[in-house]
Amino acid sequence: MSATTAAPPPRSASHAFLAGLRASLTSIFFYVVLGNYIGIGALSYQFGFSPVWIVLCTVLIWAAPAQVIVISTLATATLIEVAVAVSLSSVRFLPMVASLLPMIQHAGTRSRDLLLPMHLTAISVWAEGMRLLPSVPKQERAAFYNGLGCGLLFAASVASVAGFYLAAKLPPLLAAMLLFLTPMSLLMSTCSNIRVLIDGLAFGLGLVVGPIIAAQKVGLDLLWTGLIAGSAAYLVHRLREARSIGP
Amino acid sequence: MSFGMEPYLALILLGFLPSEIWRWLGIVLGGGLSEESEIILWVRAVATALVAAVVARLVLIPPGALAAVPLGVRLAAIGIGFLAFLLIRRSAFAGVLVGEAVLVAGALAFGP
Repeated sequence: MSATTAAPPPRSASHAFLAGLRASLTSIFFYVVLGNYIGIGALSYQFGFSPVWIVLCTVLIWAAPAQVIVISTLATATLIEVAVAVSLSSVRFLPMVASLLPMIQHAGTRSRDLLLPMHLTAISVWAEGMRLLPSVPKQERAAFYNGLGCGLLFAASVASVAGFYLAAKLPPLLAAMLLFLTPMSLLMSTCSNIRVLIDGLAFGLGLVVGPIIAAQKVGLDLLWTGLIAGSAAYLVHRLREARSIGP
Repeated sequence: MSFGMEPYLALILLGFLPSEIWRWLGIVLGGGLSEESEIILWVRAVATALVAAVVARLVLIPPGALAAVPLGVRLAAIGIGFLAFLLIRRSAFAGVLVGEAVLVAGALAFGP
């Protein structure tokens, strides 16, 4: 397929979408997403939300950390703290989307064609996309990515409803297991993404500083923890860099 | 929290918009920002620490049924699960499995 080819035949977009959908079913992330969102569904039950709400929450936000923050803080934190904490936890989408754009954009791409692929971008979809897209013809990449994203988002939606009802029906110990999925998978997935010292340090400091600040009851403890522990990790990174460049 | 449109309004204003804005900005700014730029490094560190605080909160002040499991068991479960994650080829699956097993065993042994 050369760059000068005219618009692809009409059938190819739906073919590419289906190929993406198939890829989502065989992805390791399919199971990661299932486990993750069963936990999030259980969490939303414990905090008194409805099944419709949790599905909308998954479809609209489509970011596990942001959803956990909304679900677990909406009742207790101030509104501005919820919004800022959610926003901070989703900043990662900016570089992810920016790095994805050149892969799926081609001469005939309109801006509105990008809205769906960008909304579907979450860590799981993005990581699989970056791995699989290079072998997909450029014109079909957006449709393929949409298929991939829709497959995983659908799995997440079903899992969150399943988690909701399971938490309501299961005996307490099994419900506790489902609720424990959320902190465990947040911990593991964040640590899987840690490639540099600064991220690992930020996470470790956050684990320690978080409870200390929460115990002071000053309010906005998530934000203060993020700012203090994150900035401290960043400072260490700068100091190390300065030393390695210096004499 | 459980009546009327309020939870849905909160979902849009406090969940969807604050999160989605970064995806839109990603389209607008395009490749203009490097993933290794200093501001991105700092913001990512702040966000990572914030997520860590969420993990700590969910383990220390857990919701509902999880609160019935003793604190020591919760801490042991997440610690041993994380150790398993590190030792078994950084497999999140293995880590979660081991953590859950410790949680159940501990809850049965020391629970109410």
